[in-house]
Amino acid sequence: MSRHDAIVIGAGHNGLTNAAYLAKAGLDVVVLEKNDYIGGAAVSRELHPGWIYSNCSYVCSMMRQAIHRDLNLSTHGLLLVPYLGTINFGDGDGRLFAYHNPDAAHLELKRHSPHDADAMHRFQADLTRYSQLIRKTLMRTPPEPTSFRPKDIREFLFLAKQFWSLGEKEIYEYIRFFTLSAADFLEDYFENDLIKAAMASPGIIGTALGVYSPGSAYILLHHVMGDVDGNIGAWGLARGGMGAISTALAGAVKAHGGKIRTNAGVRKVLVESRKAVGVLLENGDELRAGIVVSNLDAKRTFTRIMDKADLPEGIFEKACNFKIRGSSGKVNVALSGLPRFSGVPNNRYINRGGQTFSGSLETMERAYDCWKRGRWSDNPFIESIIPSAWDPTVAPPGCHWMSNFVQYCPSALTNGPWTPEKRERFGQTVIDKIERYSPGFKDLIVHMEVRTPHEIEDEIGLTEGNIFQGELTIDQLFFNRPFPGYGQYRMPVRSFYMCGSSTHPGGGVSSACGANAAREILADLRRPNTVPQDDFHDE
Amino acid sequence: MSDEHTDDAYAGERLKLSPFHSRQSALNIRDAWASWNGYKFAPYYYDPEYEYFCVRNSCGTYDICPMQKYEIKGRDAELMLNRMVTRDVRKIGLNRVGYSVWCTDEGRMIDDGTIFRLAHDRFMLTCGSPCVAWLEQSAFGFDAVTITDISDTLAGLSVQGPASCAVLKRMGFDGIESAKPFDVRRFPFHDDELMISRTGFTGDLGYELWLHPELALQVWDELYAAGEDYGIQPYGETATNMARLEAAFIMPAMEFNEALRTVRFEHDQTPFELNLGWLVDFAKPHFNGRTALWREKQRGPRYTLTKLDIEGNKPAVGSYIYRSKRCVDEIGYVTSAMWSPAVKANIALAMIKTEHLDGDLLAEIYYEKELRHYRRVARCKHIKKPFWMPSRARATPPPDC
Repeated sequence: MSRHDAIVIGAGHNGLTNAAYLAKAGLDVVVLEKNDYIGGAAVSRELHPGWIYSNCSYVCSMMRQAIHRDLNLSTHGLLLVPYLGTINFGDGDGRLFAYHNPDAAHLELKRHSPHDADAMHRFQADLTRYSQLIRKTLMRTPPEPTSFRPKDIREFLFLAKQFWSLGEKEIYEYIRFFTLSAADFLEDYFENDLIKAAMASPGIIGTALGVYSPGSAYILLHHVMGDVDGNIGAWGLARGGMGAISTALAGAVKAHGGKIRTNAGVRKVLVESRKAVGVLLENGDELRAGIVVSNLDAKRTFTRIMDKADLPEGIFEKACNFKIRGSSGKVNVALSGLPRFSGVPNNRYINRGGQTFSGSLETMERAYDCWKRGRWSDNPFIESIIPSAWDPTVAPPGCHWMSNFVQYCPSALTNGPWTPEKRERFGQTVIDKIERYSPGFKDLIVHMEVRTPHEIEDEIGLTEGNIFQGELTIDQLFFNRPFPGYGQYRMPVRSFYMCGSSTHPGGGVSSACGANAAREILADLRRPNTVPQDDFHDE
Repeated sequence: MSDEHTDDAYAGERLKLSPFHSRQSALNIRDAWASWNGYKFAPYYYDPEYEYFCVRNSCGTYDICPMQKYEIKGRDAELMLNRMVTRDVRKIGLNRVGYSVWCTDEGRMIDDGTIFRLAHDRFMLTCGSPCVAWLEQSAFGFDAVTITDISDTLAGLSVQGPASCAVLKRMGFDGIESAKPFDVRRFPFHDDELMISRTGFTGDLGYELWLHPELALQVWDELYAAGEDYGIQPYGETATNMARLEAAFIMPAMEFNEALRTVRFEHDQTPFELNLGWLVDFAKPHFNGRTALWREKQRGPRYTLTKLDIEGNKPAVGSYIYRSKRCVDEIGYVTSAMWSPAVKANIALAMIKTEHLDGDLLAEIYYEKELRHYRRVARCKHIKKPFWMPSRARATPPPDC
């Protein structure tokens, strides 16, 4: 039996961030990881010799710059490279190119719809306004609405002030926004189907909502509120794959004296007198600590590694009902060359960007219909990117790998459980669709990894393979995340905390959940805070 | 080179075209052009930040044809150069490059540049601004030295970035990976010769290719064929300026005002003020400015070029540096500033009165949001090492090649 000041369960990016800040405060911290590699869903894995897949998360824009800077992640080897240029593929021949130059982008929109080209300015302004407000909350602990503690009242006043500064009209708009579907939101601005579909696509990624489901407008915002070096809405790639983020965070943990143990799955959190006192590992080892932090999702935390008897009444049921529905699949493909797409000019910048096979709102909704019926769609929504076209370190020269994120993919099929055959058929559906837009694509394939929610849960422990560790709907956001009354990282058992994406501000490789949790833990321990403030105030 | 403009009434006003121009203009998607030393020159080709990231992430090329290049040859070449520059030229080995500065009698900096020792009695000096007059003046009294301006007869292309070595190897330059920083290598190239030095202005892994202008397009085409799979991309002045600031390299007209062009008393700088005291070798025979520089060393520089990491994310462009938040006691000024995407820090170089270096440093920053001006007084941290210095820049052989 060994003793530590704090145990963090799960070496995903939030767990590592949490550990880094606890270690920075001088705590003896150990991070426990069930796999033999760290990173959770931010990993780089060489599944075929020479090809390094970011086989879960694949792009990054939410990483809090203040944390990157404060933990010296650049010194620990992290370089985030923004990528530009995305092709949106319509159902037929329609192509919408997201050019980097604003004038070129405007002309391209105009080619599709002069109305929408102009409307885009208003859309971007509104979206930026919404983003700026929500960005201010990312590295703050949500206030508890019923506590009346000075700290919570102060936080409410802060929020009220931010809200008030929007002006009366925008306050109404903002509140309305949270209940809207992505499609309804976009109807306010655009008329062109391809443009609407392209703009709606961030509204369904990772969620079990459709473009017409209320709440998907927020999902859209969640995906565009990030930034790369202050360019809100931009997305970046980590050089060396998403694992570079975890490696750099692990470097920061170790630099501050923290430890990381792999192959150390936790069987049970030990609770004595309603206080977490340590963990029991799968291998029978027992570790004791004053603080236990779970980076697992809320459902897995309270239904898998905690004893129902150790929990106050109702928590187990809340966890069982926590909305964490698997809706996405991932097809990672190693390619012997750069694919070419029909109807796309040989533009070296556009060809290197991302490819979004969004089709139309109708197509996206039909794919969602299939999910509801427990099937995958024959015409899925696919968001692709070819990281090797930007990063020379993730595939042999001249070769490439393509990340294909697929909506929707149910975690439970109506016709029985997932089998390897069904998984391969699902993968084939995705490849067939890409082939339709890129004749000859299949001939380039060297290796392929198909991941359904089943594999994602099995390997990295996300319940149902939900990439956000729980739906980002208003009932599970802010002070409601993961459960009402538990929005401040402290869980119903003393000395037990959560630091994963099941907590505010939710999914995405942001490190904000882990950092916020560390700040609360240090406050409880009456230790000086080591977590930096966000740098939003210059926005 | 300006043949195409013979019937052009404005031919006399038009800029010279680099031997790489036809290829570079094809890639200058934005039609962005500026000038440098009389050459048409791109501030950027597609997007400055994209190009900057090519230098930090993959591989970029930078046209250094407009740079000034002089051949200094003869029995007295070493003596003459050693008399002119502050560092000991005798210590620059054969096929090695040395960075140096040269000063006026008053110890004020005229320019900086690199000295290549290409033979026992043959050197190449490269620098940003023309300096024929100063070179000839410096050669006064030395019999056996000839100075030739080879700026237009020797083309140069800088190949920088973590993939630069891999790309050059792929182009057929076997053994380039064994070149140490500041080494010079020669390779046969289509019945001619190509000289490659492991030098650059980005603080990253990188090389400079030196060639006869007739070879320019062939070199370009082969380099771009080899680099295609690495995303090779031309980069312009803006990306260069970003990369060099992260490496804390100085730039004329930003960190220093060339002494021979300076009007006002002491509005130029000494090497000590620019943190380049390590380049001034008092142990070597007499050199220009020695007496004044010795005095400067004893007295200590009035100002010191300082690397700053500034809180917040608004670049301190043109800011004054103060001792306190009240911003009444100015102690210096920022020379270059930017948000560094690679380091994720708000970095700047600033000239700060040496006596105040160890105290509080506050930058008064102005920035704009939708036409309204905002002001912020930000605390600065004095950084000792360059902001960006990856180990690959010094490793031999470099990684990933």
